[in-house]
Amino acid sequence: MSKPFLSIERLTQTYPDGQGGSTTVFENASFGIEKGEFVCILGHSGCGKSTIMNILAGLAEPTSGVVKMDGLEVSGPSLDRGVVFQNYSLLPWLSALKNVTFGVKARHPDWSREKVEAHARDFLAKVGLEGDVVHRKPSQLSGGMRQRVSIARAFANHPKLLLLDEPFGALDALTRGTIQEELLKIWSGTEQTVFMITHDIDEAILLADRILLMTNGPFARVAESVEITIPRPRKRTEIVEHPNYYAIRNHLVQFLGHRSKELAGKQSDDADQRPETVRLEKTGQAEDEPSAPPPLRAVND
Amino acid sequence: MLDNLSINQRAAILSLVMLIGGLLIWEAAIPAQKTAENLTEYELLMGLGQERAGVPPPSDILAKAWEELSNPFYDAGPNDKGIGIQIGYSIYRVLSGYFLAALVAIPLGFLIGMSQIAYKAFNPFIQVLRPISPLAWMPLALFVIQDSEASAIFVIFICSIWPMLINTAFGVAGVRQDWVNVARTHELGSLRTAFTVILPAAAPTIITGMRISIGIAWLVIVAAEMLVGGTGIGYYVWNEWNNLDLTSVIFSILMIGVVGMLLDAAFSVLQRAVAYAE
Repeated sequence: MSKPFLSIERLTQTYPDGQGGSTTVFENASFGIEKGEFVCILGHSGCGKSTIMNILAGLAEPTSGVVKMDGLEVSGPSLDRGVVFQNYSLLPWLSALKNVTFGVKARHPDWSREKVEAHARDFLAKVGLEGDVVHRKPSQLSGGMRQRVSIARAFANHPKLLLLDEPFGALDALTRGTIQEELLKIWSGTEQTVFMITHDIDEAILLADRILLMTNGPFARVAESVEITIPRPRKRTEIVEHPNYYAIRNHLVQFLGHRSKELAGKQSDDADQRPETVRLEKTGQAEDEPSAPPPLRAVND
Repeated sequence: MLDNLSINQRAAILSLVMLIGGLLIWEAAIPAQKTAENLTEYELLMGLGQERAGVPPPSDILAKAWEELSNPFYDAGPNDKGIGIQIGYSIYRVLSGYFLAALVAIPLGFLIGMSQIAYKAFNPFIQVLRPISPLAWMPLALFVIQDSEASAIFVIFICSIWPMLINTAFGVAGVRQDWVNVARTHELGSLRTAFTVILPAAAPTIITGMRISIGIAWLVIVAAEMLVGGTGIGYYVWNEWNNLDLTSVIFSILMIGVVGMLLDAAFSVLQRAVAYAE
């Protein structure tokens, strides 16, 4: 098997627990992401999702282990790894447009002002922000609009890897739905590799090619990698009709509800903690074995 | 009738009423001096015909103000300069000392705000030096610098440095980590991060410190000029006191207030320009 585009190898994070000992958040976590893949990671709070995200972004250093992108080891933040933070992280003294040009200028210092601005406006338009609204300051924008600006800023830089840290966590359900579809639209045009943290199962199924499931901490691990066998383009109203949708959804709910706890707290004994691949396919065979207990998991590597 | 006016208009009317009322009470409270013709021979012998020094009525001060402000820049020798010239000297001293202080305090404050070690290392010095009355530095400054003009500027420097230093350090230390992370993920160098992220983020706090400093500097210059003498509004007040010209004293007090207000207003404009809402 060739090395994936992004490979996370034996990542371990421990923190001092304040009593002389240490707490291990996750240990020897290993997984890979292919180029152009949209991967979501699901897990309960405190399992270390955000820590993994920060390590991928280069904002934090793991206790041990390496992250390799395109065969090169990741160290420190880089323009090749764009981040959309949960709390938008727009600079409040700059207008929406200036927030995007801030990123574009950093990426292309040699571009003329007109070119930078045209590029920024282009990407703001892709997330539905056009006209006078781009001159507003973040404080004059709604939460949804702010996150759109943030997404435009990240996509405008064409990073090799885009990291989304619960980007819709602070939005109401209706706004969330619209922006998810906008994200899909802008993503499908770019073949961007995306790694996203979320708490929302439906969101993950709508967006992802693959969902990584994390067990609870301490000693959390990425236990499963669930393929989303629903063809694209997906629409939130249409995917619920797909035969695989509820199978996948049930599997995820079961995992988060029970198995994330059952699998928690196991030490790795120095073994690589690779997720097992889960592929749920209910189209076709559904009629073949109607009475058998649902074979929710078919393991193939 | 008042109901149709906005709050601002009503407040302005009230201010005007208080001003006129205050001036009238003041005017009425000054006892009229008897003129020499009405005095008895005994009173004349007792010297009561001399004009007595007293608090002048507002009408005298208004007349004085009119006279001074209609020709503010005349220069008739060391002891007779127009009010404009005196204020000009004071503003020149304040601004020189103030900008020297800003030149030191803002970069140093940046350093202290960025580094916990620097913050802890500088803190004891700041805490000891800050509460010292700026005038206490005057004798030392005069001895070391050997120049009264430069000593006055030094006193302004030393009094305006602390609020700017402390506010800059505080503002820089309080910049949200998220914004710094934005700079980091965009691969900005430390200098560009300082100018494009940290400076605008800390600007409101820094300008607040600068506004406090200019206020203090204007308070201190009057006292400093009373000590060093020669020129300036502080010297003017003291000189007119020695001349027992209370009309000029009161007039110059008012001028000190007006100039201080204008300096403060300039910084409030600046403050509004850099303010942002989160």
